Amino acid sequence: MLLQGKRTWVYPKPPVIIATGTVVGPDEGEGPLASDFDLVHPDLEVGQPSWEKSERVLLEQASDIALQHAKLSKDKLSFFVGGDLMNQIISNSFAARTLGAPYLGVFGACSTSMESLAVASLMVASGAGEYVMAGTCSHNCTAEKQFRYPTEYGSQKPPTAQYTVTGAGASIVSGEGDGPVITAATVGKIMDLGIKDPFNMGAAMAPAAVDTIQGHFQDTGREPGYYDLIVTGDLAGVGHPIATEMLRRNGVPIEQTIFHDCGLMIYDVDKQKVQAGGSGCACSAVVTYGHLLKRIRKGELKRILVVATGALLSPLSYQQGESIPCIAHAVAIEAQNSNRQGGAVQ
Amino acid sequence: MAEKSAGRGTKSYKPVSMSSKEYQAFAKAREPSRSVWTNCLKAFLVGGLICTIGQGVQQFFMAVFDMSAREAGNPTVAIMILLSVILTSMGVYDKIAQWAGAGSAVPVTGFANSMASAAIEHRSEGLVLGVGSNMFKLAGSVIVFGVVAAFVIGIIFWVFGIGAWHATTG
Repeated sequence: MLLQGKRTWVYPKPPVIIATGTVVGPDEGEGPLASDFDLVHPDLEVGQPSWEKSERVLLEQASDIALQHAKLSKDKLSFFVGGDLMNQIISNSFAARTLGAPYLGVFGACSTSMESLAVASLMVASGAGEYVMAGTCSHNCTAEKQFRYPTEYGSQKPPTAQYTVTGAGASIVSGEGDGPVITAATVGKIMDLGIKDPFNMGAAMAPAAVDTIQGHFQDTGREPGYYDLIVTGDLAGVGHPIATEMLRRNGVPIEQTIFHDCGLMIYDVDKQKVQAGGSGCACSAVVTYGHLLKRIRKGELKRILVVATGALLSPLSYQQGESIPCIAHAVAIEAQNSNRQGGAVQ
Repeated sequence: MAEKSAGRGTKSYKPVSMSSKEYQAFAKAREPSRSVWTNCLKAFLVGGLICTIGQGVQQFFMAVFDMSAREAGNPTVAIMILLSVILTSMGVYDKIAQWAGAGSAVPVTGFANSMASAAIEHRSEGLVLGVGSNMFKLAGSVIVFGVVAAFVIGIIFWVFGIGAWHATTG
């Protein structure tokens, strides 16, 4: 049985992330991780007449790059699992139309990156698919348009607000091959501690990250020190210190490892005008698939835990005064030769 | 592999047990503070600057076209709206607003920006369903509450019989 504990899948034969593709926009291209992305667009339009089309093209390009890296043709894909922030996850559905692979749409807001990767790994580990692609994307302007105000509207954002990452990340998971492996995945549950401010998603999502991280350790028996790095998805400057403090209060020895956040890594938060930091589905996707997996391949990191966080609000729900339900999904990614968990891959 | 043998891990942490109320206070205390005084000063400077530019335009119309202050009012507003729409279209107005806050939101330029930005944003959905129906998305509530407020004030004037005074100075 793959289930260990309450909500963690542990893979005796860990699925391999054989290839990834990452595409980002201009602001991410000015950030400290720029050189780790496969394609950096100099503008937000990406040659498209609408923001929605731009977002879709980002994902199409990321999936194309992943396929090229894996030296696979589209028709070899068993399944494509993906989602995004747009209503009815149109970016992924339209990109899946181009891809032509059997498609499962998922929605976890900004946690979609690890939700889709967890589902893809489960499909491969259980023999349900040979090559499964996980993908997600977000665009600063589509998110502003749908969740906030028109992009050119002059409103002052509070310092707790976050800046939606423009980009897309795709990965191909397979039972065999070279690359970092997925040893475990922990599925989050909804945490809602009553934060209603859509300009303070970091604080809204922090308890979800804490809950999933604790659940992961309880289910696997691992400790924070098992990992070289634990990253949250997009808690940013406000949410990440809150999560750290909550973990300490709950007795989790998080100081055993480096605890960071993709939303703080993708931008130079002090120089770029991104308020508290980055957010969006693409935030944890491009940081993980671009930056972190490259570091694992180089041998700089052996074991990481990516805890992607998502705020599951809609423009309607917050206008009606509802609080923000949040979720976090964790995926443990390790170097193929680290082999502490899971055993014989080769 | 030792940890795999146990079906459940041995680690036991305190669950996230804060109540909503406790957590909201906890999170609030960790929010970066917003400097109200700095924001007020910035709003005063930018709002004042916009109004000074408007005054300059009005003086220009009065001096060059020999208009009265009242006659120069409408073309002045038109010029300010045009400037705002140009800055919005160039992608500059929102950047000014992030710094200026209420300073760029309150004058007529802010109203123009709210309409122009919505029109640009929804152009992709067509002229009728996009531009037409979304242009007042933000400005609409200003108009609705402006009209309602004017109506209430009008009633007050009417009840207290000072309508005539209102009409002559209006």
